[in-house]
Amino acid sequence: MYIHDEFDSTLLKERVDEFRDQVRRRLSGELTEDEFKSLRLMNGVYLQLHAYMLRIAIPYGTLSSTQMRMLAHVARKYDRGYGHFTTRQNIQFNWIKLSDLPDATADLASVGVHGIQTSGNCIRNVTTDQWAGVAPGEVDDPRIWAELLRQYSTLHPEFSFLPRKFKIAVTASDHDRAAVKIHDIGLRLHRNGAGEMGFEVLVGGGLGRTPFIGKTIKPFVARRDILTYIEAILRVYNQYGRRDNIYKARIKILVHELGIDKFAREVEDEWLSIKDGALALDEAVIADIRSRFKYPAYEKLTDNPDELKQALADPTFKAWYRNSVSHHRVPGYGIVTLSLKPVGGPPGDATAEQMDAIADLADRYAFGEIRVGHEQNLCFPSVAKRDLPALWRGLDAIGVATPNVNLVSDIIACPGLDYCSLANARAIPVAQEITRRFADHDTANLIGRLHINISGCINACGHHHVGHIGILGVEKNGEEFYQVTIGGRADEGAVVGTLIGPAVPYAQVANVVEDIVEAYLDLRLRPDELFIDTVKRLGVEPFKERAYATG
Amino acid sequence: MPLVKGGQIVADRYVRILDDAPIPANGAMLVPAERFLADASELIARQAETGVIWPNNRDIDELGPYLDRLALVALVFPKFQDGRAYSQARILRERLGYRGELRATGQVLRDQFVFMLRAGFDTFEVKKEADAKVFGEVAQRYSVFYQPTGDGRSPAFRQRLQGFATRAPALRGAGR
Ligand code: SF4
Repeated sequence: MYIHDEFDSTLLKERVDEFRDQVRRRLSGELTEDEFKSLRLMNGVYLQLHAYMLRIAIPYGTLSSTQMRMLAHVARKYDRGYGHFTTRQNIQFNWIKLSDLPDATADLASVGVHGIQTSGNCIRNVTTDQWAGVAPGEVDDPRIWAELLRQYSTLHPEFSFLPRKFKIAVTASDHDRAAVKIHDIGLRLHRNGAGEMGFEVLVGGGLGRTPFIGKTIKPFVARRDILTYIEAILRVYNQYGRRDNIYKARIKILVHELGIDKFAREVEDEWLSIKDGALALDEAVIADIRSRFKYPAYEKLTDNPDELKQALADPTFKAWYRNSVSHHRVPGYGIVTLSLKPVGGPPGDATAEQMDAIADLADRYAFGEIRVGHEQNLCFPSVAKRDLPALWRGLDAIGVATPNVNLVSDIIACPGLDYCSLANARAIPVAQEITRRFADHDTANLIGRLHINISGCINACGHHHVGHIGILGVEKNGEEFYQVTIGGRADEGAVVGTLIGPAVPYAQVANVVEDIVEAYLDLRLRPDELFIDTVKRLGVEPFKERAYATG
Repeated sequence: MPLVKGGQIVADRYVRILDDAPIPANGAMLVPAERFLADASELIARQAETGVIWPNNRDIDELGPYLDRLALVALVFPKFQDGRAYSQARILRERLGYRGELRATGQVLRDQFVFMLRAGFDTFEVKKEADAKVFGEVAQRYSVFYQPTGDGRSPAFRQRLQGFATRAPALRGAGR
C-alpha cells in the first residue's frame, strides 16, 4: 500500500473545499451548467442520461480495505447501493445528487480517495498492472512510478487544459497486463544492455474513432529523466495538438500527422532544454516514494499446504483454483482474482454489501489489500495458499468466485445506453446474454482464453477494438446494431481487431458470438491453440462465413 | 474588465493600439503581435513602455530577441478550455528568462488563478467582477503543490525530504 502523508491529505482537503465552493456557485445559479461543466469534469463528475455520475480514481488499481469500505459507504449513502468498476481502474457511482457531491467527495477524501482528473482534458488516473509488486519476474514495482506520475500530474498548472484527455499506463513485466500500447503514453520498465533500469516510452496509442497502437518514441529513458521526458511530450502536445476537431485532438493524431520521427525530434528538442531542471529525479526522491509503499510481512510457507491438497478434492474448488489463482513471487502465496462477471450480471458491478464483505475478507486473508484490474475484476494480490479454501467459501458466498477469469464470459463492457449519454446502443444486456449462453463452466473451459469486449459507441470505453471478439454498438435507422471484430488484443502483442462483416441487430449478437466460437472449436489445430492464435493463422474469412451463414 | 495585480484590482495603465491606429509618442501601450513584429525596432525604441499581445497559436520563441525591451506580454485564453498559453507562459519565464509583466487575458476565471500564478502570470484581466474581488482568497486556496515550476516553489516530493513543517509561503503575486 502507498501511505498517504500530510501533503496528500492536505491537498485533497483543499480540493474538496474548492469543489464545495464550485457546487455552491452552481446551485445558487452563479455558474451556468456550461461554466460548471469543465469544473465538475475535473472532479470526475459527469452529467449522464439519468443523473450526475461520480467517477473515482483508484490510482494504479490499489485499494486498502478501509478505502473499499468507504466506497461501500458512498454507494449506500449517496447512491443506489452499488458501484461500477471501469476499464481504467476507476469506480463509477451512477445516481449521485449534485447537492450531495461535496459531502461524498469529503467522505472519500478522508481515506485518501478522490475523483480528481478522472475526466476532462487533463492527465487521467495513471494505471498499471493489477499484479504490481507480486507478479513473478517483475523488473520493479511499477506502482512507485505510477505514484510519482500521479503526484506529478495532479493539478498540473500547465497540462490541465490539454487538447483532449491524456492517459498514461505503466508495466514492469514481460507480459503486459496494463495495456500500455493503447494509451497516450505507455511506459515499459525494463533493463537495458548495461543492466540499468529505465523506461521504453510509447506514445500515441488509443482507441476511439481512429484506433492506433502506440509507437516507441524512445527505447530507453533513464529513471531520473522520466518526468522531464513526459513533460516534454506533454508540452509539445499542449501546443501543437489539434483543438479544432474533438475527434482529431488526441495525441495519436498529432503523432500520426507529424510522423513519429518528426514528433520525436520536437520532443527531444524540448526535453534537452528541461532535462536538468527541477523536475529531474534524484535517488533520494525515488527512495522516499518507494519507502512509502508497504509490503506484507510474508511468512515462510510451503507452496503446497495440506489445506490446499485436501480442498482440491472438491471439483468446484478445483475449478475455481485453476481459473482464479495465479503464481505469486513469494512461495506459499497466490494472487486471487475476484470475478465481477457473474452469469447474467452486469460486468464490473459490485454492491455495497459485496464491497464490505470483500474488505473484511481482505483483512482476514489478504493483508487488507485489494486491486482493481482493467478487465473490471478485483484481485487480492497476496493470499497464503493454506487460506485459499476458506477464502473461496467467503468469496463464493457473495457471488465473486465465478471461475470464468479470462474465459468467454469474463466480458469487458462499458455502461452503454443503460447509463451513458453518448451511447448508441446497450452494452450490458448484450454481455449478460452472452454470459447466459456460455454459462456452462466446462464449455467455457474447453473454449479457453477468450476476451469479449463491448462498447456502446465509438468512444470505445469497453476497448472493443482490442477484444479477441470486439462488439461495437452503432445506430442504424434509430435501432441498435452491432459491429463485430475479431483478432484484437491489448497485451504486449497489441493489435486492433478486424471487422468480420456488416453490423447485426441486437437480437443477433449472441448468436453471432456463438457461431464464431463454434467455428473456432472446429478450426483450432489443438485444444491449446488459443482463439486469437487461430484467428491470426486463418484470418477472418472462415469465421465470417460461419457467422453470416446462419445469421 | 477588472485588472488584478498583486492581488488587488488596479487601473490599467496600458492603452491598446489596434492594428492600424497610429502609435502614440508616449504612454504605455499594448499592441497586437503582427503589428509589433512589423515595427519592432521602432516600437521598442520608444521612451514609454511597450507591451505585446501574443496569440496562443504563435511560437513564443519568436519573441526571444525583444524580451529585454518589452514591459508586458499579454497571453490569450480564447476559451477556458484552451490551455496553450500556460505552456507559452512557462517557456517565457523558465526558458527565455522573461522578467516583465505577464498578463492573462481572455476567458480568465477564478478557477484558473492558481494554475496561472504557477505558470508565471502576474497580472490578470479577469472576466467577472466577482472573481476579481476574491482573487486574493482564491489564490491561496492551495498550500501543497506537486510540480516544480518557475514560481520557485518547492514541490511536495522535495519538501517531504525536509518534513512537512517547511512548506513554502503563499504564491508570488497572490497578494494579501
Ligand atoms: S463507449 Fe460510448 S457508450 Fe460506452 S461508456 Fe464510452 S461513451 Fe458511453
